[in-house]
Amino acid sequence: MGRKLLLEKAHIEGIRHYDVYRKEGGYSSVEKALKMKPEEIVEEVKKSGLRGRGGAGFPTGMKWSFLAKPEGLPRYVVCNADESEPGTFKDRYLMEFIPHLLIEGMIVSSYALGSNNSYIYIRGEYDWITDILEEAIKEAHQNGWLGKNIHGSGFDCNIYVQRGAGAYICGEETALLESLEGKRGNPRIKPPFPAVKGLWGCPTVVNNVETLAAVVPIINNGGEAYAQIGVGKSTGTKLISACGNINKPGVYEIDMTISVEEFIYSEEYCGGIPNGKKLKACIPGGSSVPILPANLLLTTAKGEKRLMNYESLSDGGFATGSMMGSGGFIVLDEDQCIVRHTYTLARFYRHESCGQCSPCREGTGWMEKILLNIEKGKGKMSDIDLLWDIQRKIEGNTICPLGDAAAWPVAAAIRHFRDEFEWHVNNPEKCLTENYGLKHYADPIHVPA
Amino acid sequence: MLHCGLCVKECLEYLRMEEEIKTIKVTIDNITIDVAPGTTILNAARQIGGDVTPPAMCYYSKLDGSGGKCRTCLVEVAAGSAADPRPMPKLVASCRTGVMDGMVVKNITSEKVTDARNGVVEFLLLNHPLDCPICDQAGECHLQDLGYEHGKEGTRYQFARRTFKKEDIGPYIQLHMTRCILCYRCTYVADQITQKRVHGVIDRGDHAAISTYISKAIDNDFSGNMIDVCPVGALTDKTFRFKNRVWFTKPVDAHRNCTTPGCCGKATLWLRGEEVFRVTARKDQWGEVQSFDGKPGWICNTCRFETKKTESWTVEGITTISRHSVIGLNKYKTLEMPKETVKAVMKGTDPKLLMDIHSVSGVNKPDTHLSELDRAAKSDDFKNN
Repeated sequence: MGRKLLLEKAHIEGIRHYDVYRKEGGYSSVEKALKMKPEEIVEEVKKSGLRGRGGAGFPTGMKWSFLAKPEGLPRYVVCNADESEPGTFKDRYLMEFIPHLLIEGMIVSSYALGSNNSYIYIRGEYDWITDILEEAIKEAHQNGWLGKNIHGSGFDCNIYVQRGAGAYICGEETALLESLEGKRGNPRIKPPFPAVKGLWGCPTVVNNVETLAAVVPIINNGGEAYAQIGVGKSTGTKLISACGNINKPGVYEIDMTISVEEFIYSEEYCGGIPNGKKLKACIPGGSSVPILPANLLLTTAKGEKRLMNYESLSDGGFATGSMMGSGGFIVLDEDQCIVRHTYTLARFYRHESCGQCSPCREGTGWMEKILLNIEKGKGKMSDIDLLWDIQRKIEGNTICPLGDAAAWPVAAAIRHFRDEFEWHVNNPEKCLTENYGLKHYADPIHVPA
Repeated sequence: MLHCGLCVKECLEYLRMEEEIKTIKVTIDNITIDVAPGTTILNAARQIGGDVTPPAMCYYSKLDGSGGKCRTCLVEVAAGSAADPRPMPKLVASCRTGVMDGMVVKNITSEKVTDARNGVVEFLLLNHPLDCPICDQAGECHLQDLGYEHGKEGTRYQFARRTFKKEDIGPYIQLHMTRCILCYRCTYVADQITQKRVHGVIDRGDHAAISTYISKAIDNDFSGNMIDVCPVGALTDKTFRFKNRVWFTKPVDAHRNCTTPGCCGKATLWLRGEEVFRVTARKDQWGEVQSFDGKPGWICNTCRFETKKTESWTVEGITTISRHSVIGLNKYKTLEMPKETVKAVMKGTDPKLLMDIHSVSGVNKPDTHLSELDRAAKSDDFKNN
């Protein structure tokens, strides 16, 4: 049984409301933090080794220490709750069940970084969660945890919730800031980074919901205690939203020491693949990260067991590895068609590209059209090489990571499943009615009947 | 996944950049130059000039915040600075990246750059109609130049191109969105030199389009500058549309005493004979509006659209700077008008073919849409003349 820090109390009756949350020890980290110096909190977060939970995995403490502190300019803490990555729904779960944890984490972070007005930028589709958060903020105000002079500390803090308008791109931190300012959600060109020039030109830290929530256990138990959990540079616990062909889809909190095999097959987590099917492939970290076939997912190229943590999942680079990403764990069984799956993702990225820079604007649409052709049995063998060339010319040449995010799934699908693409081209009629199946991506695990 | 972390190195470099004050050295394609701190790689390369200057489709030095979008100016940074000579991991947009002391940049000497740039040009041309033969921008189009230098002969794109309906945005400007490459320059013009912006980019991705807010016409004194900054034929001058090809006209510099506040009154007149076909702002060798006394030389709509008589202007002389091959090749300085008439040359007989084709062929009528023609003009059509 893994250790839980964030979701430990998420299922207590009434935890959504302040009274129960407070009785369960809520807001103790704010009490503790307000007695500390802001720099000490940043130091504590650095010690914890906490890495950003939004996808890139950048060390949070380091990000915080980059925040410029010029005289006369306010600083802002912005919570990125624009969780729109296909397959990722961990923040939604956290905010829906235990909203006060996020509010608590934000108050501590705002105090540490000197932000008197902090914002939660929430995905527009999460309208009911907006209400939940507004309610939690209201309760926090009534009990003196927000507003002027919080519990006599002299620190003022307000938190505002802003709903997005339904764009995936607004999850990119600078596009989020643009949108928060009321402009079109186009990513900004970096540098300057938000830590220097962010919201309204002021120094800003943008953190994911889970990252800010993780500040609470770090302050409560100390950074070193948090760093004890996990392995290597993957400290603490991580929320994984598992979906696809598994028996028990849902949000799981893991301590990053368990293996991928255990995560998929154990009863405690996903509970195996339904209907006695075999595992074909898996996207371990949300739709943007490279897909891995079963054999490479469960063991690394070196033959070691792959673990559910940042280092192990990215072991082997993109050639034989993937990424932890945002923790959107999508499992595909033997009945799934990789070409169709890649097409679906390409369609998503085409629709969500902001259209600002040309490689992403034009390239995503082109890839979608070619993939649709291959899927419908109208593809040519040269289309596969063309797809490879297009993704290569998008990757790394765009303003924001959406270009990379659109290129990686296509690249990985061709890298690992090229024979399936070729089969589609060679069998234009058959591919409309049948699936390529498992072939050599065979599930190396014995599946009980 | 979209939540990108900070790149430690670039951030630190940025902070360091702000502290520097003296001139700094930068090497671009093995040529070293001293530039002021805060200069971008592109502007440093422009100071060197020639082939080492990366092309720029969206960057416009006179418009704050422009650039970074088209990705044609991508360059490789082989060494970040003297203090930290590590290369930058990705290609960077040279128009938005500041130089560091001791920075080593590779543009045309880098295969990676050439490859990426060819890719960008292919992407830009993917949905472009390539209707240069009927496009007013042809001959002074940056995309044409770019395609000529970096594009391939054929295309690998086998699908229907994205099309839009033509839109009249105000009395002077026509928007042909199909040709647009979404450089955002026109929106910056509207933001920065007019009182109120009434147009912008709607939708996103490959269906993004420039448009006005519902049934608004662009109507202010400086809207015409949007035409000048447009790198392609998406925004064209309605008073000049289909009147002439740019390479048949002769650009001369002229000025007038303009009373509109903010208008510099210095313009280029595009003449054919004595007739002024159009008026534009004066452009420099990068295709940008020239600066006068440190201020960009924007011109008002009165100068541009309403003042088309040579008497209203004081002509200074032939425009010397033109980066566009088709105009540059017309050696206007040495061109002399023939003294004899055609009739005299042909010993008294009227030329048979020199008739007014405009009157018989719908192709040459500006108000006829090409799609409405049922056929091209044939020799029989000319008989009655």
